[in-house]
Amino acid sequence: MYTQGKAFKYADNVDTDVIIPARYLNTPDAKELSLHCMEDIDADFVKRVSKGDVIVAGWNFGCGSSREHAPLVIKTCGTGCVIAKSFARIFYRNAINIGLPILECEQAAAEIGAGDEVKVNFDTGEIKDLTTGKSYQAQPFPQFIQHIITSGGLLNSLKESSNMKESYTKDV
Amino acid sequence: MGMTMTQKILAAHAGLEKVEAGQLISAKLDIVLGNDITTPVAVREFEKAGFDRVFDRDKVVIVLDHFVPNKDIKAAQQSKTCREFACTHCVSHFYDVGKMGIEHALLPEQGIVTAGDCIIGADSHTCTYGALGAFSTGVGSTDMAAGMAAGTAWFKVPSAIRFNLTGQLAPNCSGKDVILTIIGRIGVDGALYKSMEFTGSGVRTLSMDDRLCICNMAIEAGAKNGIFPVDAVTMAYLEGRSKRKPVVFAADEDAAYEKVIEINLSEIVPVVAKPHLPENTCPAAALHDIRIDQVVIGSCTNGRLEDMEAAWRILNGKKIADGVRCIIIPGTMQILRECVERGWYTAFIDAGAVVSTPTCGPCLGGYMGVLAEGERCISTTNRNFVGRMGHTRSEVYLASPQTAAASALAGYICEAE
Repeated sequence: MYTQGKAFKYADNVDTDVIIPARYLNTPDAKELSLHCMEDIDADFVKRVSKGDVIVAGWNFGCGSSREHAPLVIKTCGTGCVIAKSFARIFYRNAINIGLPILECEQAAAEIGAGDEVKVNFDTGEIKDLTTGKSYQAQPFPQFIQHIITSGGLLNSLKESSNMKESYTKDV
Repeated sequence: MGMTMTQKILAAHAGLEKVEAGQLISAKLDIVLGNDITTPVAVREFEKAGFDRVFDRDKVVIVLDHFVPNKDIKAAQQSKTCREFACTHCVSHFYDVGKMGIEHALLPEQGIVTAGDCIIGADSHTCTYGALGAFSTGVGSTDMAAGMAAGTAWFKVPSAIRFNLTGQLAPNCSGKDVILTIIGRIGVDGALYKSMEFTGSGVRTLSMDDRLCICNMAIEAGAKNGIFPVDAVTMAYLEGRSKRKPVVFAADEDAAYEKVIEINLSEIVPVVAKPHLPENTCPAAALHDIRIDQVVIGSCTNGRLEDMEAAWRILNGKKIADGVRCIIIPGTMQILRECVERGWYTAFIDAGAVVSTPTCGPCLGGYMGVLAEGERCISTTNRNFVGRMGHTRSEVYLASPQTAAASALAGYICEAE
């Protein structure tokens, strides 16, 4: 699995309020919500983003509200991957749970420039900046998390596990 | 090496003798919470995955609090989705208009959460309940859906930072000044993925409302959870309130902490977080030249009875400055009722404020106090990100109820006497 596209570059502490402002949270519809993706930090993002593009950011990406709408709109816009120096923990969980690929790589996040053509291999964690020719290696996911991703998200992995059968037959 | 308080609660809920930082575990949940924004997404995922019942109807809590009474048709649809799901699954703890409150003020008040619990909530401020000696953390809607189906959640066991509290707060300071001071010191990702464990001789001087406020904003330092030890203050609060028997956990004496940060409560002064990050703190006394258009006193951070009392003590018999709009939002219907019975409601109106029924509304720029371009608000809420309360060129300054009320009278940011 891989993605390839141009990089959109942002600074540290990109919060979920600027990713999807709360004024639009009166609907759970991902398509409708995605029209406002990154609106309060980059009003042109939705117009410029193409399938496979990559968001590159600094520390603590996705901080603030737990709204799953944030990774959901990034994914629905066609963004192929988010690379950051670090992620806020709820955003990290949410991205895995809904199947938005995210990678932590400090050097790549620092060096990749806005507009660079980037190719990311999710199986190996290799990030290639095709514009500069430089390669970076991101930390691979722990096996437990890889299982969630390969199952197609948390709920599918849950249905597969025997743990689920036990709790599900519990008399309620 | 011993375990932290958080690790002990997680070990007990994972059925393990011992856990250590970094370990991945599956833990049994005592409460799974959602609100009118996050629950509709969880319901869709729950149904899409083919689940047809919740693991325990007494352990699922749904509170309509963000956009109720509904601000528009779409918000009404979202509330309807929650209402129908709660009805279909006979959810015991479903809180609709008339008996709802802001979730993190409501759940402790109603005794739905208690000491020793393992709780997830599809709202980032679910970390509030650590004040009661519970492990409690915010998650997204898919985690909520999985929690409702299975009654379990996966966690990476966190390491911890210990905050050793000593001394006692000055009368014009509160828990809000403590947590803003801490965030100012360690930064908005200073506790990323970690527990913030509050200990020390200063703990007993803090009221439960102060502790709830402090744990509430642990997420603003990036933390997984904030937690206080269970003491006489906790037990007095839980007495006659807790619907389940509290279970007391304490950190081992030889528990490992990443670091220990000393906080002398006696040295804390009224602080304000300037736009656009909660870490941009400075003393309120340094901001007397900052004029304000709006004041908000309320939210899951500061909508409790002590917060209302603090505002009343300052506003009673006084007038809010010309050109300033002051919005006061008691956190639950019970707190609202107390405000009425004690005459505080009337005092707020006489001072020139408006009083709303419980809602998260203005905190996240939803409704009930949205800011226009160039406007400035001092607010007892928890976030001051770009556009958080309205226009992207509006500004939010975070402060305690004391500081916000004093500023409402002055028309500019200032500390209470």
